[in-house]
Amino acid sequence: MMHPPSQVSSQTLWMLAVRDRRDRAAFAAMFDHFAPRLKGFIMRSGTGSGQAEEIVQDVMLTVWRKAAQFDPARAQVSAWIYQIARNRQIDVIRKENRPLPEELGEAPEAEPDASQVLALEQEAAQLQQALARLKPDQREIIERAYLGELTHQEISTQTGLPLGTIKSRIRLGLERLRHELKELR
Amino acid sequence: MTAITHHTPDALLAAYATGSLPHAYALVVAAHISLCLECRAAYEAHQAGGGAVLEVVEAEAVSGGLKSRVFDLLDAPYTPQPTFSRSGVYPGPIMEALKGKPPSWKSLGLGVRQSILSSGREGSARLLCIPPGQAVPDHSHNGLELTLVLQGSFSDSTGHFGVGDLEIADQDLVHTPTADPGAPCICLAATDAPLRFRSLVPRILQPLFRI
Ligand SMILES: [Zn+2]
Repeated sequence: MMHPPSQVSSQTLWMLAVRDRRDRAAFAAMFDHFAPRLKGFIMRSGTGSGQAEEIVQDVMLTVWRKAAQFDPARAQVSAWIYQIARNRQIDVIRKENRPLPEELGEAPEAEPDASQVLALEQEAAQLQQALARLKPDQREIIERAYLGELTHQEISTQTGLPLGTIKSRIRLGLERLRHELKELR
Repeated sequence: MTAITHHTPDALLAAYATGSLPHAYALVVAAHISLCLECRAAYEAHQAGGGAVLEVVEAEAVSGGLKSRVFDLLDAPYTPQPTFSRSGVYPGPIMEALKGKPPSWKSLGLGVRQSILSSGREGSARLLCIPPGQAVPDHSHNGLELTLVLQGSFSDSTGHFGVGDLEIADQDLVHTPTADPGAPCICLAATDAPLRFRSLVPRILQPLFRI
């Protein structure tokens, strides 16, 4: 049985409160939710506890400082934080800046399109369920891939996660943003 | 300008999103995503996959002082990382690799010029500028070669490549990319090993110019 969320998740509400009102209580709730997960995530690839906490600190500070770049019409909070964490890990391990795509521009201040945000949350919830339904060995491979433990030769043509529908949904969010940025110029 | 028809294959996007691509390849993929909404959406979909894993990974308790250390730093002044935006035909990640300056071209002979962006054990990334009608010297390579067109276009036995198109050549492909008529073809090329050129003149030049 699917139970798609009928309203926006707490993570998204916290992140919007941080982005739009610099809300410290919401940031504290985000810290309590994400910091232990980030630490577990970072330690999985062999980083010691102390260095893992330094990376968690950097990631949470980046979340606070770059909050204006968060666009709930394109990304779930967990996806956005995942990318910040991987970027930071790679910069620390390789001691070089990871090449990143150009930013499209910050999402306009206007109210986000609620139906798009909700639809994206539903896609993300289904992705979680798909991950939970996988056989343990298959799930292990996907976890290792996203943890950065597989080489690019080891990542086969598909990771095994059904990403097609969420990709179409993100594309709608990107087109909407591009349209709005064009109107601003 | 025509639409992009040669995109980043999904396995390469997955490898980029999960951070397992060597630097030179990652630069090419980041530059392609900067030009291509389709691949940006696929890349962000892989971030959603990473987010799903982050939500279910086994958590580790953080030490008591970490939260207050983070809160103490929220108002501390900090220097943001410089960001590089597109300049001319060069998207942001290439401008970053160029440290914000225009490319410094070196002649390779035959009218072909190159500007090396990075070169190391893991591979190399360079800009190539090829005059119309001129072929990139016949070459083979040890591993994967990624070529992204930034200006003009080129053709080889596998097809036609215009601005934003990405060509993926594996070690078995011996190809002769030739710049099409019009503006000089500028592309970003990444290999995981030094290029080996087949014609005589470039081979002599190779050690001099770090091809
Ligand atoms: Zn593309």
